Amino acid sequence: MGGKLYRHHLFWPVTVLGALLLFNLIYSPDFFSLVIRGGNLYGSLIDILNFGAPLILVSIGMTLVIATGGIDLSVGSIVAISGAMACLTISKGTDQSSFLLVIGAVGASIILSVVLGMWNGALVTITRIQPIIATLILMVAGRGIAQLITSGQIITVSNSNYEYIGAGSLAALPFSIFIVAAALLIASLLTRRTAIGLFIESVGSNPEASRLAGLRSKTVILTVYIFCGLCAGVAGLILSSNVSSADGNNAGLWYELDAILAVVIGGTSLNGGRFYLMGTVIGALIIQTLTTTIYMIGVPPEITLVVKAFVVLAVCLIQSEAFRKTLITRWKKRNYPAEQEVTRHA
Amino acid sequence: MHTPLLQMTGITKRFPGVKALSNVDFRLFPGEVHALMGENGAGKSTLIKVLTGVYSIDEGTVRIDDRTVTIAGPLEAQKAGISTVYQEVNLCPNLTVAENVFIGREPRRFGRIQWKKMNEDAKQLLKERLNLSIDVTLPLHAYSVAIQQLIAIARALSISAKVLILDEPTSSLDQNEVQQLFGIMRKLKSDGLAILFVTHFLDQVYEMSDRITVLRNGELEGEYMAAELPRIELVLKMIGKDLKLLEELPKLSEEAGEAAGTMMINASALGRKGAIKPFDLEIRKGEVVGLAGLLGSGRTEIARLLFGVDRPDEGKLLVADSGSTVKSPRNAIDLGIAFCSENRKTEGIIDDLTVRENIILALQATKGWSRPLSRKKQDEIAEQYIKMLNINPPNPEHLIKNLSGGNQQKVLLARWLLTEPDLLILDEPTRGIDIGAKAEIQKLVLSLAKQGMSVLFISSEMEEVIRVSDRVAVLRDRMKVKELSSSEINQKEIMQAMAGG
Amino acid sequence: MLNRKYIPILVTFGLLAAMFAAGSFRYTGFFSAQVLYNLLIDNSFLIITAVGMTFVIISGGIDLSVGSVIALTTMLCASLVEQQGWSPAVVIPMVLILGSLFGTLMGAIIHYFKIQPFIVTLAGMFLARGVCYIISINTITVTNGFFTKVAQTKVILPGGNISINVIIALALVLAAIFLAHYTRFGRNVYAIGGSEQSALLMGLPVARTKILVYAFSGFCSALAGVVFTFYMLSGYGLHAMGLELDTIAAVVIGGTLLTGGVGYIAGTFIGVLIQGVIQTIISFEGTLSSWWTKIVIGLLLFVFILFQRLLSERRITLKT
Repeated sequence: MGGKLYRHHLFWPVTVLGALLLFNLIYSPDFFSLVIRGGNLYGSLIDILNFGAPLILVSIGMTLVIATGGIDLSVGSIVAISGAMACLTISKGTDQSSFLLVIGAVGASIILSVVLGMWNGALVTITRIQPIIATLILMVAGRGIAQLITSGQIITVSNSNYEYIGAGSLAALPFSIFIVAAALLIASLLTRRTAIGLFIESVGSNPEASRLAGLRSKTVILTVYIFCGLCAGVAGLILSSNVSSADGNNAGLWYELDAILAVVIGGTSLNGGRFYLMGTVIGALIIQTLTTTIYMIGVPPEITLVVKAFVVLAVCLIQSEAFRKTLITRWKKRNYPAEQEVTRHA
Repeated sequence: MHTPLLQMTGITKRFPGVKALSNVDFRLFPGEVHALMGENGAGKSTLIKVLTGVYSIDEGTVRIDDRTVTIAGPLEAQKAGISTVYQEVNLCPNLTVAENVFIGREPRRFGRIQWKKMNEDAKQLLKERLNLSIDVTLPLHAYSVAIQQLIAIARALSISAKVLILDEPTSSLDQNEVQQLFGIMRKLKSDGLAILFVTHFLDQVYEMSDRITVLRNGELEGEYMAAELPRIELVLKMIGKDLKLLEELPKLSEEAGEAAGTMMINASALGRKGAIKPFDLEIRKGEVVGLAGLLGSGRTEIARLLFGVDRPDEGKLLVADSGSTVKSPRNAIDLGIAFCSENRKTEGIIDDLTVRENIILALQATKGWSRPLSRKKQDEIAEQYIKMLNINPPNPEHLIKNLSGGNQQKVLLARWLLTEPDLLILDEPTRGIDIGAKAEIQKLVLSLAKQGMSVLFISSEMEEVIRVSDRVAVLRDRMKVKELSSSEINQKEIMQAMAGG
Repeated sequence: MLNRKYIPILVTFGLLAAMFAAGSFRYTGFFSAQVLYNLLIDNSFLIITAVGMTFVIISGGIDLSVGSVIALTTMLCASLVEQQGWSPAVVIPMVLILGSLFGTLMGAIIHYFKIQPFIVTLAGMFLARGVCYIISINTITVTNGFFTKVAQTKVILPGGNISINVIIALALVLAAIFLAHYTRFGRNVYAIGGSEQSALLMGLPVARTKILVYAFSGFCSALAGVVFTFYMLSGYGLHAMGLELDTIAAVVIGGTLLTGGVGYIAGTFIGVLIQGVIQTIISFEGTLSSWWTKIVIGLLLFVFILFQRLLSERRITLKT
């Protein structure tokens, strides 16, 4: 039984998250304490969930993209564009506090992010450009587009309805948590209750065999990029609503990297195939907890980067077959480097 | 008789779980073309890789010019005078012709590459030894595969090769290109080079080689002078049979009324350049058609055309019921065709998925994403096929990559049976499967045919082709050479057609 | 005779010329030697980084750590010289060696453990940035005599002047052209980018070359960091943010295939200048804002990638 637990795909992510939380508990005993103030729950744990919400969302979309063997570098830019679009729409409205205006703003942002996702998907499927290169285009241009929308300014809005998305509360909890929960639920239902999950894993694991089994892999890949764009768009809404402003330059900066990291920590291989949505969520929580922890112990927050560097490397080394083999055989095959290379093809 | 240039003795090579070569001897004389023959799994490619230092040798010795050598990599093989030209040209398409000939050994002065000298040297080398006058400053990809192969040979020659290994060099060449290559091989032979020639084309073996070594199942079958080995004998040795012992096998299939079924699929003058010459083939409903031929004779190529994996260059393919042609695998499946590929690893199994998921994949793809099979239904299906095909371990949640090859094959068979096709194309369905399971699959094929399913059955094992087929088409050298109807089917007849000449 | 392999680079050069011409017609004072010199002065660090990146991309890899390594180098230079009082004669060679070692390490991990270059250099990027903040989270101003002297030295040329940085960058470009086209190392890089499997079977030193490529890129980034220190006279952890993207864009616009195997140092040089001209035009325009630079570069990236894709497609159909 113990051995089985050890092998479960969530074992390592959960352990790391647990260890992080435990460290925090020891360091600051009131870490787990929750206070009710003004009918809302407050506490470090809530903060982690609340601040981590956009990253979790983006990571969920990224998980599916990576599962098909792709990658989406443009999510950070889409986050910025979406926030900018929403804030621009609201700031242009005549009645700033109107509810309908918020609906329009959110709609415009979501449509725009879906279009951007479609653009990525089309580049990958129709022109058959490698995903990393295809999405690089929007990664570069997207920041410019976001600044174009905001005219290089930070657009500040004051609309209580809009603020609710990222800063409001529902049942004593931040509303953003519910958005994330809903997205996770939708993604899980779509991938596990319909055949989409099977198709994604199949295309990511062996594209040629999938084609011969009659899968329409292009449709699958296109859908996944659109979904990823949508997730990034919603994340952008949460982020901009939380601070009631849109910053084309800095919103969602490094999100693509953090999201990829969350996916990898969650156990999904960058080579595509099997994916683990729950693993990704825990991965994103680990990143957020790490940031919170580092803030708390008073080290400059930028040090997080160093820790992340080692986490990325450690996770990838564990996933690397060559590394594991090295540990086991200790360069036994050193004289025949081509052998491993060619055995794969034999 | 002169002494061999290269002498390999008692070569043994093990891979985890398999003995790829056991105690194989091989020798090469200067100024000869020596063909290395064998069917799938015979150990040809392993022997070549051992010789070129790609694989290590577990036991045995290699002697060149009477000196024992250890070859620990492609570079050392080159230094020992052994060069290889592979079927898929192993040069860099982005570099110029001259560079491809000289890279790693460019002429330099004070560390600076002398392009002028290199280009002239390359031009001269190609002209003098290969009668080839081309612009050597163009990138390699500007030239046809045939020319690229010649450039690869030029590279080998410039390293002062004594042994030249040509690994299926002719597979993607047309007739004229093959003759050009042969002309050059003859020239090199007269220059005293020892050429190891691997090919699937029997005609070419007899046209070019002086000596033939046959391998089977990783063991040495024998070494013969080409002139003294009749074609039919060669084929028999490759597949491990004795002509005298060939006798009528009991046919499992009953004499089906020849005109009983209506047309299922009809190919007329269907062909694809470099893959299969135009052929006619019709398959009727409820009929089992066998394709017989050696490895590389064009069997798989026919299957790929029928399933829409590759596009034909010429001819027509008609699926009777719908009156339409096949455009893609998806389209083929919709038209009631299923194709169980021989390349399980690359074209069959989805590594990361479970047995259950692999089984339902094709059916689910047909139903679309929005109508998933319920988990209960999936479990039932998996259960049913695991039992029916005796898949081991009988656990539907096992990852398919951890199953043995034979069991993977059964899972793929299950995947396609589940789609209830009208035409099932089986490419080597019994390779790597134990005898009991083989018989089961053969029986299954017959019972499916009885229920009205058409089957195109491809196998290297002639007995099973004969046992299950109502009709057999024989292929040789990428061409359909003969078609035998049920009363004419017998081993000798097929063997003769396979060997040709 | 027009060799087909030069088409991308000619297109790039034509684009640069057209942009410069357009700028000259539209804005008074645009067409001057000093505008051209300023392009070089303001982009010398980018040219140096892009040279290293070109080798990496030709070999079929990518290096995301370049911007961070520049930042780290400025940080090391500034803190060692200003706060520790070390001599620039010690510090500069030392940071160059450190940059190369950093690249070597990443290259070794990429090659021996077969992890995607993207991920390994991403970790390198985090690491180098993070180390900057360990040194200091604030800007360190450089007042050292040597650094200020180099920064202020102007080399007078007809019609204007350039800085020492430009000379360093141009020298590196020339050296890199020689390295790429006239040495075995350079040709091996191209071979590996064309087909690593073939390079291996042809007996080329694949492992050594691949690792050296990243070492060279690390060296270039460190050199760019030194040049950046001359340029900004400060060390700061936020220096060269997002520079990896500008670098990659310059390399691609310069005609290097992101899939590896094809590319030119000279093209990269022009690619950097194109980015510079876009910025100059936008600053001359006045009403146009700086973000248009990113949009135009993104657009150029798209056009060039599509163009490359079509070229390679034609190549494949030509072959079969």
